[in-house]
Amino acid sequence: MDLSFQIQGGDFTSAGTASSQVRRTLKELGVDASVIKRVVVALYEAEVNIVAHAYRGLITAEIKPDQVFMKLIDEGPGIADIEKAMTPGFSTASQEVREMGFGAGMGLPNICRNADVFNIHSVPGKGTTVEITIQIK
Amino acid sequence: MTVKEMADALKLRVFSAGEGMKNKVAGGYTSDLLSDVMGYADTGQVWITLQTHKNVMAIASLKELSAVVLVKGFEPDEDTLALARQEQIPLLGTPDQAFEFSGRLYRMLHP
Repeated sequence: MDLSFQIQGGDFTSAGTASSQVRRTLKELGVDASVIKRVVVALYEAEVNIVAHAYRGLITAEIKPDQVFMKLIDEGPGIADIEKAMTPGFSTASQEVREMGFGAGMGLPNICRNADVFNIHSVPGKGTTVEITIQIK
Repeated sequence: MTVKEMADALKLRVFSAGEGMKNKVAGGYTSDLLSDVMGYADTGQVWITLQTHKNVMAIASLKELSAVVLVKGFEPDEDTLALARQEQIPLLGTPDQAFEFSGRLYRMLHP
């Protein structure tokens, strides 16, 4: 089953909509709760990254019997130094975003911890693509 | 202990109740960093925070938390309250600051 979502940069009131929909679908399919928990954490963080940093983005989630594959493509400023961005505690989020409790530099580490396969590719000035694979036991 | 029992015992203000008042309180998680809660809180925990915006309820729902307690007398934003009602997750309040409230809840959970 394939799901897709358009994400608007800066729209914090809708943040989590894609994660919520994917979670609901996985529950309906009877996927193991521990797998759903990991999908939710990884996808929510990646979704919020688009809202907090990019102009707009597209999320696709491909649900197969053995795995969930999620791809998040955004148009945005991109990430100049991915290694630095992966460092726990490092963030380029605005003061406004930080005051909401986002931008603590925990997003990418949270994705990493919950994904079985995690790929990130970015072109500064164009955008970032994130791929997350989580195996279903 | 259910959320209702916790709310009664600790004299919490109830912004939104609903079905979730019957939820069992599995523990607590005190944090104002959303990714910290997203990454590390567990199902059934009560989230203790001073954040009042809508994303709090989105995370509480995604993480299947038992309730949210706003500290220091803070009140939820309108859309936060609306989402709490929609998701049937109790949204509660205390005049206490986070340290004090966490302590009181901890003592109830671990007498």
